[in-house]
Amino acid sequence: MAMDIRFEEVGYTYQQGTPFQSRALHDINLSIKDSSFTALVGHTGSGKSTVLQHLNALKKPTSGQVTIGDRVITHFSEDKGLKSLRKKVGIVFQFPEAQLFEETVGKDIAFGPKNFGLSEEEGLAKARELLPLVGLDESFMERSPFDLSGGQMRRVAIAGVLALEPEVLVLDEPTAGLDPQGRKDVMDMFYNLYKNQGLTVVLVTHQMDDVATYADHMIVLEKGTVMKEGHPRDLFKEAGWLSSMQLGVPSTVRFAHELEEKFQWTFDPLPLTTDELAEQMQHKLADKAGESL
Amino acid sequence: MSEIINVKNVTYRYDDEDQRAALQDVSFTVTKGDWVAIIGPNGSGKSTLAKTINGLIEPDNGEVTVGGLELNEKNVWSIREMVGMVFQNPDNQFVGSTVQDDVAFGLENLGIPREEMIERVRNALDKVNMLEYAEREPARLSGGQKQRVAIAGIVALRPAIMILDEATSMLDPQGREEVLRTVKEVKEQENLSVLSITHDIDEAAAANRVLVMRDGQMIQEGTPESIFSYGEKLIEMGLDLPFPERLKASLKKQGIDVPQDYLTEEGMVDWLWTYVSKK
Repeated sequence: MAMDIRFEEVGYTYQQGTPFQSRALHDINLSIKDSSFTALVGHTGSGKSTVLQHLNALKKPTSGQVTIGDRVITHFSEDKGLKSLRKKVGIVFQFPEAQLFEETVGKDIAFGPKNFGLSEEEGLAKARELLPLVGLDESFMERSPFDLSGGQMRRVAIAGVLALEPEVLVLDEPTAGLDPQGRKDVMDMFYNLYKNQGLTVVLVTHQMDDVATYADHMIVLEKGTVMKEGHPRDLFKEAGWLSSMQLGVPSTVRFAHELEEKFQWTFDPLPLTTDELAEQMQHKLADKAGESL
Repeated sequence: MSEIINVKNVTYRYDDEDQRAALQDVSFTVTKGDWVAIIGPNGSGKSTLAKTINGLIEPDNGEVTVGGLELNEKNVWSIREMVGMVFQNPDNQFVGSTVQDDVAFGLENLGIPREEMIERVRNALDKVNMLEYAEREPARLSGGQKQRVAIAGIVALRPAIMILDEATSMLDPQGREEVLRTVKEVKEQENLSVLSITHDIDEAAAANRVLVMRDGQMIQEGTPESIFSYGEKLIEMGLDLPFPERLKASLKKQGIDVPQDYLTEEGMVDWLWTYVSKK
């Protein structure tokens, strides 16, 4: 079953029918394709977290409908059968290490699968299998999660979500608070899951360099509406528009624009990473050498 | 120039049985008015070091002197009055139900008279450009605004030293810029010394001195320019590579000769001009 996710005219109102009601989403339409790496970006308060909670029916739309794989969720959907949906869509919330609680790393990772009917042994076997995937070795099985570094705890928590074998992995600022090496390791790990295991990844982030490096689809939210949706290469062309959304562009894009202005160069296609930029610069510098010969 | 912080041969273990010390014979000084950035990977001892300066932990060995006072049981409260700390998570440091109540909290604890308190709260909020938010609920602010309120709370107490413990790491780029700008302004106006623990290259670049920690030890010290010239090694030091360094690495892969020295973006453009016109 392909796990495409589609929002059709989805509206969401917090505390509806009370004096405190506030509208978080306004009739939004968006789609997240199966096996894509989608970045969800927007300023604080743009509705990202509300969208995120609709991805596995933690919230049901006040109006409109969300289709997740073969399930359609509306305001009237019953809670029955949502458990299997939540197994298919795993969410890694911000600072997931705060939710670790077991005595050993192995038991913590096995907790989810056990809730879904696996035996203790099967759960632990699953944990052992997952550790290398998140960059930890088997020696961590018996250690207490509370004796680990922040980055290691984060990995254990992520393994706990992966243990449910989700088809869609939703990540809310997964690298916040990690050092640069830890950030790169964690992002590369998600990218490998997407590339090699065909997982659909939805990334909520402020880091435009990460969007440029990893995502193949980008959704820009502002004030509870979808402003734009498309390939990062197309969306990052509009640096001025993004900054009006209080969003930046990746460093490479910003520098490429600067070079275009100063040297009357044109970069096409728009380079998103330093490697792409360097390759195009190499051609331009070589052309220059050709001219003077 | 007078010394405001002097840390001499400090060693600290969280647990007596720990094989590795969280701090191993660390020494450094901060001159009044300095902005010192401490960098290093997660777990290198940066935050532990910050905690020794305001006496949140007591070193097993070594001496800490702050503002001329030796850190000991007798002086610890006087020292804490000199040191204000801004922490990583903006949501964990609010106590007041409005922005101004929150800024007033520290002053209330010191028993400052009401008239003076009101004046100092307004003044502090003005300095971080948050005066118009005085009556708001802290929960409704953006991350950058919350950290600015936290800074106002410190400014109101008129400390001599401000410690930023990864204070910008949870903010979006805009919030980060706001907070950094605020720290720069406040530092000048209040003649503060700043100690910032960070992974952010822009924050490190704002300092006049950078200290590098690894495995509980101080392994390097220098100006931001001299530290940034370590290129790819910066990642091991817990810092992001500055953009020009990343581009230099990619250009090298394309067989282009790039300068060894650290380049700012401006320096990179200048170098390209020379490269293009030489051909």
